[in-house]
Amino acid sequence: MKVIILGCGRLGAYLAQVLDQQQHQVTIIDRNSDSFNRLPPEFRGTILLGVGIDEDVLRRAGIEHADAFIAATNGDNTNAMAAEIARLVFQVPKVIARLYDPVRADTFREFGVIETVCPTVMSADKITELLMDGKK
Amino acid sequence: MYIVIVGGGKVGYYLAKQLLAEGHEVLIIEKDRKKEEALIAELGEISLRGDGTETWVMQKAGLSRAEIVIAVTGDDEDNLMICQMAKNKFAIKRTIARINNPKNEHIFRLLGIDTTVSTTDLILAQIEREIPAHSLVHLMTLREAGAAIVEARVPDDSPAVGMELRELNLPEDFVMPLIIRNGKGIIPNAGTVLNSGDEVVAVTTLENENRLVQVLNGNR
Repeated sequence: MKVIILGCGRLGAYLAQVLDQQQHQVTIIDRNSDSFNRLPPEFRGTILLGVGIDEDVLRRAGIEHADAFIAATNGDNTNAMAAEIARLVFQVPKVIARLYDPVRADTFREFGVIETVCPTVMSADKITELLMDGKK
Repeated sequence: MYIVIVGGGKVGYYLAKQLLAEGHEVLIIEKDRKKEEALIAELGEISLRGDGTETWVMQKAGLSRAEIVIAVTGDDEDNLMICQMAKNKFAIKRTIARINNPKNEHIFRLLGIDTTVSTTDLILAQIEREIPAHSLVHLMTLREAGAAIVEARVPDDSPAVGMELRELNLPEDFVMPLIIRNGKGIIPNAGTVLNSGDEVVAVTTLENENRLVQVLNGNR
């Protein structure tokens, strides 16, 4: 599968590494070249310096032939917009955006054309679950 | 009419001022403390400090009561988020977004944002209107001496074609030392006749530099 990841932060870099190990064809984009240091030396994917809400940058990343697009920068608004561009302009079949804000994540799930992952809700759920475990 | 503006930079400020003068109820959401203080000092208590892309800030601004939401921050992704949340979460009928990168207009339209204003496109259009088709090329500007060496092309439909230099209504402090015709330099005199396509080089004061274009284009 050809996967484009936007944002080479903790999540992006880790995800890139995992998908690369699983033999997927990964391209990772970040606007800061230092971020690519988070990738392990054995990473075989493509790195691309640029702004992820720029259609030209996305085109250069090969988005026209991508099977999936994952927006994982640390900005919710950037992730939402990049993901919407991927879905609506380039018709990428699978588009996922990481949104920290639960309300935004919810709203986008309702009306949106993209799938969202909200680490805040997931962490809170997990933490409450662990708390309850301790009570038993 | 209650109008919420997100972004209290120059665009937001002047927009609010104008809308207030027209008698509307206006609220500006601005996240920068200094900018917000300046807004209050200038326009009164019409602002709310906070990130206008955050839902709780939108709620505090009473967004659901607004008839129009205008997003004019310097970031397209923020403006898009504001309009989308306003439309889908607060059921705002009319959303207007400023677009900084003209390429983004397309995606805003696909996502149903009612009106977009591309500042870059507007400025570009204005510049193109201001610069005549046969524009003046600055070869050298001597700002301290208040003079410039400029070059302009004689258009085919120029009223100056076929005229002698002395017949052109040129100001006194305006010298035309060189004409380039078919790639060759000619040192003209008062009796030299202009042809269409000639490149005219002139030494002029800064105030008079546009006279060359006016003379060659017939005061358009």
